[in-house]
Amino acid sequence: MTTRGTRGHHEVMELTYHDLPGLMTLMTGDEKHTPSATSTLDVLWVLYDRILHVTPSTVDAPDRDRFLLSKGHGPAAYYAVLAAKGYLPEAWLDDFGGISSRLGYHPDHNLIPGVEISSGSLGHGLPLGVGMAHGLSAQGLTSSRVFVLIGDAELDEGTNHEAIAYAGAIGLANLTAIVVDNQSSSHGWTGGVASRFEVNGWSTSTVDGRDHDQIAEALSRRHADRPHVVVAVVEPKDS
Amino acid sequence: MTDMRTAFAETARDIVADDPLAAVVFADISTALFEDAMVRFPDRLINVGIRESLMISVGGGLALTGMHPIMHSYTPFLVERAFEQIKLDLGHQDAAAVLVSIGASYDVPRAGRTHHGPGDVALIDTVPGFTVHVPGHASEVPVLLRDAVGRAHSSYIRLSEATNAVRLPVSPGLTVVRRGRRALVIAVGPMLDPVLDATEGMNVTVAYATTVRPFDGAGVRSLAATNTVVLVEPYLAGTSIRLIDEALVDRPHRTLGLGVARTELRRYGTVADHSRAYGLDPARIRSSLDRFLATPPAHAEPGGA
Repeated sequence: MTTRGTRGHHEVMELTYHDLPGLMTLMTGDEKHTPSATSTLDVLWVLYDRILHVTPSTVDAPDRDRFLLSKGHGPAAYYAVLAAKGYLPEAWLDDFGGISSRLGYHPDHNLIPGVEISSGSLGHGLPLGVGMAHGLSAQGLTSSRVFVLIGDAELDEGTNHEAIAYAGAIGLANLTAIVVDNQSSSHGWTGGVASRFEVNGWSTSTVDGRDHDQIAEALSRRHADRPHVVVAVVEPKDS
Repeated sequence: MTDMRTAFAETARDIVADDPLAAVVFADISTALFEDAMVRFPDRLINVGIRESLMISVGGGLALTGMHPIMHSYTPFLVERAFEQIKLDLGHQDAAAVLVSIGASYDVPRAGRTHHGPGDVALIDTVPGFTVHVPGHASEVPVLLRDAVGRAHSSYIRLSEATNAVRLPVSPGLTVVRRGRRALVIAVGPMLDPVLDATEGMNVTVAYATTVRPFDGAGVRSLAATNTVVLVEPYLAGTSIRLIDEALVDRPHRTLGLGVARTELRRYGTVADHSRAYGLDPARIRSSLDRFLATPPAHAEPGGA
């Protein structure tokens, strides 16, 4: 990994997608990290690299875009992307989960710059995102968008379905859900994940969750009168 | 006279009109009281339908964008149904909101156990940082609500249909209503009327509390001259006794906590029926006080207080 020499220096060097496995290794100690080992890695990278209107210097700007990682477990990919994009120092990754570390097995937004919510218990991100989308509209921050990443197994939690039905019914257009679908839901989603949203009036895109251009194109879509969901399909878990 | 729910709705509408960051989130409860405000402020009067978990989370999300949310429903649906949302989407997120319940412990006994909420304050008490207000008169509601909205920490305001005849100014601490020597009797919210009836002619101090979190420990220390304290709460018996113990930790003391029992009554009937069953009517409060005060403290010297 070419960038290791910058650790501990104040010099900022732009890291790339190819640096992410090395950053994840700092946390997990697993030398064989590949992007496919982490279902969310590509979506997270595309969000921070191409989509979100937020930077390390605008994490408190009222009109920033909000990204909510609802599926808070397995956050190594998230922390790696945040480190690569300069939200947190790479040195923080070394003590992942330690008593003095800001980085735990589920993220705490009070401890990490740029992390919008604390997550871990499933099914909280999308309902919180509905509230944020309301809050931004009510304050006239109409260009800001709220993105919420959930997993297909997380979709089991009923709180998601309260949020999906409500956001669809009122046409909450500044809300985008991203479902990373690694087919890990115990009982599956007959008819497809997207159908749960579509029936409630959302616009939907189903893409290859490893194809950066497809992900970026789908996330860029925004309808004036309805929320949008991007289902990012990746390899089945444990395949 | 205005009831507490109407006082709440009118004040909430005024707050939304005055404060561009204020919002009310509700779940098909009290909708009629908010209809005109929903037309005036469609972005900030948010009815999510019968979705209480979503209601709390939406409030949390609003707060995370800098807004001042008020969430409102019936006690068990506001506090118990969506408890993890209160714990995480408000508490853990460090998102401040004001929760306002109606229904109290058993305002509508005919509705049955599903509509009773005696455990609400005990549950809220497990979430760090909450202020808890239990008004005893509708005139307190506007003051408490205006004070709570926009603060950096969350508040829970517990409204009831029961109301005291006595109207007292709102105070964050204990208000002395009657002075006596044998014991300190603290009445929380709408328990003041029955406590005043029960202690008629008794030589005890009666103090009134609207705010129970934080609890006025300094007030307890200064008023509990005999270190004998009775606490009468309109929700689960003993909910705030630990705070009396904390206040008197360096003084040998005796406490009695009266309130709603933990056993389920499995009866319908009236509020008066339920108050009698839980020993919260004046006659039964009086007998509990008499029994408690007749028992000499274990450490007391013969002939002592």
